[in-house]
Amino acid sequence: MSEQQIFADALLAAGPICPPGLTTWNGSDPGRRFAIYRNNVIVSLIDALADTCPVTQQLVGEEFFRAMARLFVQENPPRSRILAFYGEGFAELIAAFAPAAAVPYLADVARLEMLRVSAYHAADAVPLAAEDIARRLEDVTALPAARIGLHPSLAVLRSGHAVVSLWAAHQAADVAGALAAVDPDVAEAALVLRAELEVEISRIPEGAAIFITHLRQGAAFGHAAELASAADPAFDLGATLGLLIHRGAITAMTIPGSATS
Amino acid sequence: MNAPAPSVPNAVGAAAPGLPARGGVGLKPEHFREILATAPDVGFFEIHAENYMVDGGPFHHFLGRIRERHPLSIHGVGLSIGGESPLDADHLDRLAVLLARYQPESFSEHLAWASHGGVFLNDLLPVPYHAGTLARVCDHVDQVQHRLRRRMLLENPATYVEFAASTLAETEFIAEVVRRTGCGLLLDVNNVHVACVNHHRDPYAYIDSLPAAAVGQIHLAGFAQDVDAAGDPLLIDSHGAPVAQAVWDLYRHALARVGPVPTLIERDSDIPAFPVLLAEAHRAERLMREAAAPMGAERLPCEACA
Repeated sequence: MSEQQIFADALLAAGPICPPGLTTWNGSDPGRRFAIYRNNVIVSLIDALADTCPVTQQLVGEEFFRAMARLFVQENPPRSRILAFYGEGFAELIAAFAPAAAVPYLADVARLEMLRVSAYHAADAVPLAAEDIARRLEDVTALPAARIGLHPSLAVLRSGHAVVSLWAAHQAADVAGALAAVDPDVAEAALVLRAELEVEISRIPEGAAIFITHLRQGAAFGHAAELASAADPAFDLGATLGLLIHRGAITAMTIPGSATS
Repeated sequence: MNAPAPSVPNAVGAAAPGLPARGGVGLKPEHFREILATAPDVGFFEIHAENYMVDGGPFHHFLGRIRERHPLSIHGVGLSIGGESPLDADHLDRLAVLLARYQPESFSEHLAWASHGGVFLNDLLPVPYHAGTLARVCDHVDQVQHRLRRRMLLENPATYVEFAASTLAETEFIAEVVRRTGCGLLLDVNNVHVACVNHHRDPYAYIDSLPAAAVGQIHLAGFAQDVDAAGDPLLIDSHGAPVAQAVWDLYRHALARVGPVPTLIERDSDIPAFPVLLAEAHRAERLMREAAAPMGAERLPCEACA
């Protein structure tokens, strides 16, 4: 095995081991000095997860969060040199982490916070002007086949728990008071979207979440609306379109066979 | 010893305008808006390249505006120049894109490794110093300079252990990399202090044995204090405290030897208000002026001379 592989394995090992071949000027145990590197690696990666997931950390406390994050870091060190998006799989670890079973919404809150960071750094795009969208919506025969381009920062999260309310309560001045008013077992869907420089997280109806998710996956306008209506009889296409237009989420609208886009 | 011609397309680096010989500050998102609002009198800003390898959003929004007004240094932390693995070609490509976008006056990286076997360890890890690692580091520096078509600065590391396999002193190793590749040096004076305390060496002699003419930039930062297993001091390069007096003293020595060079105040944790960092940058500038005007004479700004 290469020297750096041995060094890297020792850095990520659960117990304090020290690679061979290290020396110190005073003959002291190099393991104590090697521990500085171990600590730098593990703590900086736990810090990265804590930066991404502040509400997740607040929900369970710093000590619990950091112990859980340490397990993730040791088993899933980053594969990318760009740390902003580190944490893929962290929510799955949380969902399967027995000590966190009492907070069943924790994994979805972590998912929401990771979507928020992705939205923050997502590509910039100029929304389509409302008048342009309105003109295309008038073509009712062609509309069902239209493809809607959504802002790169947009994401939808459907949860069996009150993820949006839980997240929002932690942005309040009185977090405990706001949390007391939240029933965590109410299913909620979140719309994550960056407007200008701020990422906004808002609760949207189930049908809207289904509609937007299908648009995001490339479904035609009409097909996405049918799927949303079938899943949620209360789905309101007009209100959902109004929300997307108002929030600047629509960046392109392509009608097959039409010259406009 | 005859120095071979550097293998760098040096003309690019030599012709490009460099950073001003002034104090600079590490750019932190916490300070974006204040910097734009107050247009501070700062010599330059420095960013960590990897933090800006994102598609869009506020980081690029603010950096673009700040870069229009201030000289910029881009400092990589993820290339793993000291790594056993080949350089990551995709990462080099991303760096090239970032450098093309922001046209920084300086690009620097570390004599260290951070990745192995596809895993990124997010720390600057130590390299043994011998003929084999020397050839590897020089090869990597050559590749970086060719791909980025500019001269890079290589930063001396802060280390906590040494290797039984080392046959060269760190300064000998660095001097030889500079000689073979034509790269410049980013002299991190805090790292010199930290490494010399940790390995019981003379930091002044360390600086004296580096090729002074190659120093293109200086870093100053704060450290944390610990002890090793024998109870001897062990300093940790934390970037989480003000620059220590011992480091300012060593900086004066470095200035006497290399002359005024762009000097960055690095701070990556426990980040204070922007004016606190700016004050440290201005202190570095005062020391630069004193070093350039011996006998304690106060040197007037050029506008006043004319």
